[in-house]
Amino acid sequence: MSDLTKLTLTAALDGLDSKAFSSRELTQSFIEAIEASNDTLNAYVVKTPEKALAMADASDARRAAGQAGKLDGAPIGVKDLYCTKGVRTTACSEILGEFTPTYESTVTQNLWDAGAVMLGKLNMDEFAMGSSNETSRFGPPSNPWRRAGSNRALTSGGSSGGSATAVAADLCLAATASDTGGSIRQPAAFTGTVGIKPTYGRASRYGMVAFASSLDQAGPIAKTVEDAALLTEIMCSHDPEDSTSLPVATPDWRADVHKGVKGMKIGIPAEYRVDGMPQEIEDLWSQGIKWLQDMGAQIVNVSLPHTKYALPAYYIVAPAEASSNLARYDGMRFGQRVSGDDLTDTYQGTRASGFGAEVQRRLMIGTYVLSSGYYDAYYLRAQKVRTKILQDFQTVFADVDALLTPTCPSAAFAYGEKSGDPVQMYLNDIFTVTANLAGLPGISIPAALDGQGLPLGLQVIGKALDEATCFRVAGALEEAAGFVAKPERWW
Amino acid sequence: MVKRAVYQVKGDTGDWEVVMGLEVHAQIASKSKLFSGASTQFGAEPNENVSLVDAAMPGMLPVINAFCVEQAVRTGLGLNAQINKMSRFDRKNYFYPDLPQGYQISQFEFPIVGEGVIEVDVEPSHGDAAYTFPVRIERLHMEQDAGKSIHDLIDDATCVDLNRCGVALMEIVSKPDIRTPLEAAAYVKKLKSIVVALGTCDGDMEKGNLRADVNVSVCRPGGYAKFRETGDFGHLGTRREIKNMNSFRFIQAAIEYEAHEQVRVIEAGGKVNQETILFDADRGETRPMRSKEDAHDYRYFPDPDLLPLIIDDAYIAGIKATLPELPDQKRARFEADYGLSRYDAGVLTADAEGAAFYETVAKGRDAKLAANWVTQELFGYLNKSDLELSGSPVSAVQLGGLIDLISSDVISGKIAKDVFVRMIAGEGDPGDIVEAHGLKQVTDTGAIAAVVDEIIAANPDQAAAVKDKPKTIGWFVGQVMKASGGKANPQAVNKILREKLGL
Repeated sequence: MSDLTKLTLTAALDGLDSKAFSSRELTQSFIEAIEASNDTLNAYVVKTPEKALAMADASDARRAAGQAGKLDGAPIGVKDLYCTKGVRTTACSEILGEFTPTYESTVTQNLWDAGAVMLGKLNMDEFAMGSSNETSRFGPPSNPWRRAGSNRALTSGGSSGGSATAVAADLCLAATASDTGGSIRQPAAFTGTVGIKPTYGRASRYGMVAFASSLDQAGPIAKTVEDAALLTEIMCSHDPEDSTSLPVATPDWRADVHKGVKGMKIGIPAEYRVDGMPQEIEDLWSQGIKWLQDMGAQIVNVSLPHTKYALPAYYIVAPAEASSNLARYDGMRFGQRVSGDDLTDTYQGTRASGFGAEVQRRLMIGTYVLSSGYYDAYYLRAQKVRTKILQDFQTVFADVDALLTPTCPSAAFAYGEKSGDPVQMYLNDIFTVTANLAGLPGISIPAALDGQGLPLGLQVIGKALDEATCFRVAGALEEAAGFVAKPERWW
Repeated sequence: MVKRAVYQVKGDTGDWEVVMGLEVHAQIASKSKLFSGASTQFGAEPNENVSLVDAAMPGMLPVINAFCVEQAVRTGLGLNAQINKMSRFDRKNYFYPDLPQGYQISQFEFPIVGEGVIEVDVEPSHGDAAYTFPVRIERLHMEQDAGKSIHDLIDDATCVDLNRCGVALMEIVSKPDIRTPLEAAAYVKKLKSIVVALGTCDGDMEKGNLRADVNVSVCRPGGYAKFRETGDFGHLGTRREIKNMNSFRFIQAAIEYEAHEQVRVIEAGGKVNQETILFDADRGETRPMRSKEDAHDYRYFPDPDLLPLIIDDAYIAGIKATLPELPDQKRARFEADYGLSRYDAGVLTADAEGAAFYETVAKGRDAKLAANWVTQELFGYLNKSDLELSGSPVSAVQLGGLIDLISSDVISGKIAKDVFVRMIAGEGDPGDIVEAHGLKQVTDTGAIAAVVDEIIAANPDQAAAVKDKPKTIGWFVGQVMKASGGKANPQAVNKILREKLGL
């Protein structure tokens, strides 16, 4: 039998459907692959092989009984941000200790309800704060991709670095991820995978460890646009347990993937051509434009004038919300506690030892921008900027169907290359944070390799609730790019 | 219009006047909490009524309880206040073990209810007549209650009970319109009567379901008038906030103590610092709450887990249509329909139960007589005995029966009071009591005339004098009543005496 782990999700489901293999066989292949690779790649921080096999057996029974769901028998990985009942969930932070939820997040419940099989919990930046997965309590995963002729370990991006690594290295068919400022799209771009952040409110945040409530959104990282479309459909739902969840139906987007872009108007925002952008990124973008033109789309140059304020606004709003959201990690009810002489001492000890440096930095920034006397100058102004950014998008979307931009200003970088300079690290999010601030869907698709053989991603940003167009444009680009490269196996 | 009482503190350097504004926390009478489905049942085992949301487990999100929103709007309407169609929940951030989220969800910038005004009735006291004065409501907002920290259960540890955590409160904030301790208590009483009538809060102060924080400041006479003229708080003194009072008596005692304390501090050359204080009921004094090392910066910001709360006119109108008769409306009706004084009507409508009791007693009877018996005799007795109306030994039907006996001249008002005492003692229906003790008044004029003749014959000097001083007839009446054991009909006695004495 050929290596089942290399299948796409769609192909694997077809194989299960045609009884070419069972979920148990498929799951077993992944368990073995994880066993063989994870010490090196560090994608999984919790492995659940027994649970996976039990779920696989149950799936095989359902399929035999003709009751298979849309994802039945498909082994997937879950970002450690999602609370999973009975399986340790720490958001890769020390402060959560050995926290094991008694409840399941809505997104993962949706997956299990559709028959998916859980392989384990995936590495991430601590509380999703980071762009290189270096802030994880468990150490970073390794990008399966390396620069040609180099052994230097590269980051898979962040915060969903574990999800991206696992998908790129065939350690799951697909994975859940989450995106607050680019945490799905940037890792996808760095690993030659597809990642989509749906419209804010499409997927429930219930049971997702919160980073920044108004920006956090669940989404998948997958091998193909079609896989991503299927996974997004299953993950999203209206959830009364999340007040910001949108009361809308979730369509089947797979049909959109192959509809083509003929007659569509695609906007190219001038402001995304930033100073110091590598020529290779420029070229990739131009290539993307050309592909779309060749397939019959009309290209329109557009302007999103407030783009330059997006990153500063993001790094006020996100830390502000985080500073409040993470207040519950106080060592009182769950997770780790460092007992001190008195209450204050206990709080300080617990939080100083439980949170890593980047989380502490953001909590301090967030606390500062919300404090009396600074609120108006920072938080309130950032919210106004956010409104302006949304209006920019609304203006251009009156005219175009979607926007095309690069996903990131660079290919994957090496560990330590940026971690010493937070601002350099934050600049990674420059093309992705706008979609979070405006609540819009954004998808990254692998489009080319750079001169060093590393994957680069293009991003399609769509109108609110118009994932259909994102999938359509992404599907067309995927076809045009014909991106089939896989990392050369070194692990 | 009766003038408002003046409350001044006499200091060594002159008089001071007192200004108060109140923040009343009323627990919404809801079966579940403001943002979770956990029960609000009182008296549960510690931490029994705690959901994952209340315990702020990772990934848990608040979902607004629509019933609570309705009660807040209802209360706003009962306070004659502006209902805000857009309100918003904010987070008030601070760390404490009984606050699992690390923030309280409250409405800071955009409360659901804006300005309103209520009329407050002050009972007569220390020679001051009863009067009514307006208190302007600044706002009403919804917020979560915190849990309870118990410091003395286990040595060296603090226990936390999260049952209350997340319970819905309405915080009702008044403007600084209250000027005497009695007015402060009367204001809370009025609020209580309104929320109880509306059914939005059970008003149970003993359980802490209705509690008040009182902001007290003192200023020189005239300062308050200038404040009202200009709106400039600079004319008022610095306020201290007495937290968490749940009895009318404590509210008054605390304010009296605090006002004098502030005057003492200022006159000694000190300064009143804006701080929160507690009233120690055992010692009868206020003292600052253990001051935190650092001043709190609550870092309020809109809760990103919740959308702004938008309601429309139809929603508000729908609630308005189901409002019950409010205490003020009921009082107006009692004044009009029963011909009662404003004060009596106010006393009778202070709570729905009392009003219903009165209406049962008054139905088909002399309304004023009924009012006197209910407010003075029955309420007087209940107050003295520290009893609730629900624990009254005399039912409305029984009291009505007693009034019937008076109105039909079976007994006199004086005898009725004796009968009432026996009713309280549990001797049963008034008719039976009158029968058993032979208390029926004597209306037989022959019998009365015989007694009158005897009295006149025995007191010739008085009988002669009464012609010049007709008012002394009262002495004869008393003698006749005494001789008849109080049972003679007073009107008949009067009439016969006048005839026989030639008046």
